[in-house]
Amino acid sequence: MENKSCLIDLRNISVSFDGVQILENLNLSIKDGEFITFLGPSGCGKTTTLRVIAGFLQPDGGEVLFENKNMNGVPPHKRQVNTIFQRYALFPHLTVAENIAFGLKVKKTPKAEIARKVQEMLSLVNLKGFDHRMIDSLSGGQQQRVAIARALAVDPKVLLLDEPLGALDLKLRKDMQVELKKIQQSLGITFIYVTHDQEEALSMSDTIVVMDGGKIQQIGSPTDIYNEPVNAFVADFIGESNIVDGVMKADNVVEFSGHVFDCLDKGFGRDEAVDVVVRPEDVDVVPAARGMLTGVVTGVTFKGVHYEIIVDIGGFLWMIQSTEIEHVGDRIGLVIEPDAIHIMKKSEYSGTFGDFSSFSEEFDELSDVNAGLDREDHDDE
Amino acid sequence: MKKLLTVYNVLISVFLYAPIFVVIFFSFNSGTSRAVFEGFSLQWYAELFEDELILRSLYYSVVIAVVSAVVSTVIGTLAAIGINSLKGWKKSVFLAVNNIPVVNPEIVTAISMMILFVFALGFFHNAEMGFGTLLIAHITFNIPYVVLSVLPKLKGMDQNIYYAALDLGCPPAKAFVKVVIPQIMPGVVSGLIMAFTLSLDDFVISYFNSGATFQTLPITIYSMTKKPYNLKLNALSTLLFAVVLALMLFVNLKKPKKAQKKA
Amino acid sequence: MSKGIAVGNKKANLFPFSSWMVVFVLVPIALVVYYALTDVDGFTLSNLRWIVTYGGTLWLSVKLAFIATVICLLLAYPIAYSMSRAGARVQRNATLFIMLPMWMNFLVRTYAWMTLLEDNGLINSALRAVFGMEFPGLHLINNHGAIVLGMVYNYLPYMILPIYTSLTKIGGSLIEAARDLGANGGQVLGRVILPMSVPGIISGITMVFIPSISTFIISKILGGGKDFLIGDLIEDYFLGNSGVVNYNIGAALSLVIMVMILAATFIMNHFDKDAQTSGGGVI
Repeated sequence: MENKSCLIDLRNISVSFDGVQILENLNLSIKDGEFITFLGPSGCGKTTTLRVIAGFLQPDGGEVLFENKNMNGVPPHKRQVNTIFQRYALFPHLTVAENIAFGLKVKKTPKAEIARKVQEMLSLVNLKGFDHRMIDSLSGGQQQRVAIARALAVDPKVLLLDEPLGALDLKLRKDMQVELKKIQQSLGITFIYVTHDQEEALSMSDTIVVMDGGKIQQIGSPTDIYNEPVNAFVADFIGESNIVDGVMKADNVVEFSGHVFDCLDKGFGRDEAVDVVVRPEDVDVVPAARGMLTGVVTGVTFKGVHYEIIVDIGGFLWMIQSTEIEHVGDRIGLVIEPDAIHIMKKSEYSGTFGDFSSFSEEFDELSDVNAGLDREDHDDE
Repeated sequence: MKKLLTVYNVLISVFLYAPIFVVIFFSFNSGTSRAVFEGFSLQWYAELFEDELILRSLYYSVVIAVVSAVVSTVIGTLAAIGINSLKGWKKSVFLAVNNIPVVNPEIVTAISMMILFVFALGFFHNAEMGFGTLLIAHITFNIPYVVLSVLPKLKGMDQNIYYAALDLGCPPAKAFVKVVIPQIMPGVVSGLIMAFTLSLDDFVISYFNSGATFQTLPITIYSMTKKPYNLKLNALSTLLFAVVLALMLFVNLKKPKKAQKKA
Repeated sequence: MSKGIAVGNKKANLFPFSSWMVVFVLVPIALVVYYALTDVDGFTLSNLRWIVTYGGTLWLSVKLAFIATVICLLLAYPIAYSMSRAGARVQRNATLFIMLPMWMNFLVRTYAWMTLLEDNGLINSALRAVFGMEFPGLHLINNHGAIVLGMVYNYLPYMILPIYTSLTKIGGSLIEAARDLGANGGQVLGRVILPMSVPGIISGITMVFIPSISTFIISKILGGGKDFLIGDLIEDYFLGNSGVVNYNIGAALSLVIMVMILAATFIMNHFDKDAQTSGGGVI
């Protein structure tokens, strides 16, 4: 990755609407050929960032650089980026082939070349033979494919994807994730992907940019983001987690939930208050007598691969994933190994999540409501 | 209950269509009376086509209707796009102004423009009301209906398709022509048709703003009704009615096929 | 993020509209107000005393327009309701059927009513033929009833169509839900259908009352010219048909109608905020 050159640079980008700050001094470098994902809840500024890159939106402050050239003021139709829009924005009055050919025709490409390219794109997205179909006769998944073909037909250097799979059902979404990743790898172009779905982000991206409140919270590879979240927001948003208050007793020693644990983190002040993250799958269940922590099981849900067990430990509900069943009301013990503990500095997000959290699930429900609203007033963030 | 409703609907239909049948029936009267039917003849149709005044005013009516419909469609469509991109109180103000001619009684709209024209023409020697004033008046009351028929189409359109066109390399003007216009076309066309028919049918506003030399058909009909009633008017109305009926049947029969094609 | 697309320049798009509407809608209305409040000597309220002079006419206009509106509402509702419950094809044809008469010139149609209603007209002749006797006391024309009939006849479609439109928006499942919750036919009508058709009723009322109160032709043809309405007065003062041209008095009377209608619309909108928009979209 290191040897790849920097393609897009965002420097101190600020955007506000009607006095509300949407993006605040955003800095980001995007490498050539990278699959980078902006991940965050609705209103975090991810779509706005995308629109700044596409040129639909002029930032109030800061610079957008493409290959070190300042793009401020360059209109969208003169930028080498193309967008897959939410709900696709296909042209309903044109056929599939005409939609795909749209950008080429605008560029006055020779007819034979257009025909060839349209066929190439149709086979790329597995829609051979759909040339003359009208858009409204296609299913959501097929429309999605047309949108991809239309954007890729003009050979963009960068493809911007704005929650492209949001309107598809779960099964189709999974298939498309694989397919998109494949397309990106075979073409070798940069994908900038916007989503609020952490699973999608984790499974597809080279780099994830977690955003909230118009600011970047963390940039890193999926494994970094999952294993080493920088603050409670990231820990909560990515995957499921138990976030508890702790105190650093010394390097590699932390106290939380009334017990002192060994851990791998150091460099904090003595007796510094910290946030401790423990992922549910990293906790071992043992008989109560052998547990570092003990608690009472308050809920058990079968999830297929494992059971999800909710344990009350001193009033704080922990979520634990175990392949063995426990019973509600049982007293069990928990063992947490040093490498299962991740320590974060206190931040503005500390203490906001209570109990165990599975932010994404809650968020999915919330965002569905938002999506409904979006549809009504065409206002995304 | 259902039977009662059917009987009722038939009665209302009789009420709505009785005068229409009277008009058509008497257009074939061999006598001159609008009240006593003497026998069948086509004389009024024959006379109709020799009446230069009627033919000329029909021509004027069509000219005014076409020109005012086209001009108001252009202004109204642009306005709808502008209004659609506004927010908050600005949007409310524009919509309120747009609604004034819709809500105001026609006679008030008519005399208010008449005052303006009389006032303005006072500055020009020998100028009087005619084609110009009539055209302006018709455009004025047509614009709001065009705006009202285009706006919902803009609201219903996925705004991103315009951005998609920009994204694929269209400059803004081209993106508008290639993508936005086709989307709002049904609204523009129905606005155009509505403007055309409103203009063709208008009596009140034309009555106050047409002057002596340039008269549209409704004005001519009115001036003819003031003299002893002439059954030529029945012949004329019957013919125009037949044309509209034929057009409606044509459109109505054609529509279902089109819908099938799309599905 | 702006709502809607900003195609080209917002100001450039709105410029022709704004300037046109200012010059040909707002300025003329300002002129009406100006004429209403001035005479040759300048500012005066004396034009407004004609409102008192013509109080009887004004009252008659309001009364007849009100009666016509109520009759239209009563006549229209059952029609609109049965239309809204019919199949799609019937609905479309019924809409055309109701609009079709409006395509014949309204003067000619109104004269046809004269043919029907006259003392020697078709209705009286038919009655004579059927009953074999004279009805000397039966005058169907040149009275207030005939004017109201003319209004009802001309504006009934404007009442039917908006009510019909609002009724079509009530889904069948809503009525089934009401039934399911135990409402009988009358309750469904009173608690679901009527309340939900209020927007249509309101725009129907507006679309019938406004042209009725300001008409000046119907009263001339069917009222025999002896009962002037406010519209006839305005016409006369502007065109001088009865020998006097006086823009100031005419403007004052117009101002009165405008203010009345503004007030009425305001009150109506109080009942329903969508009244104006749905009214505009129906025709």
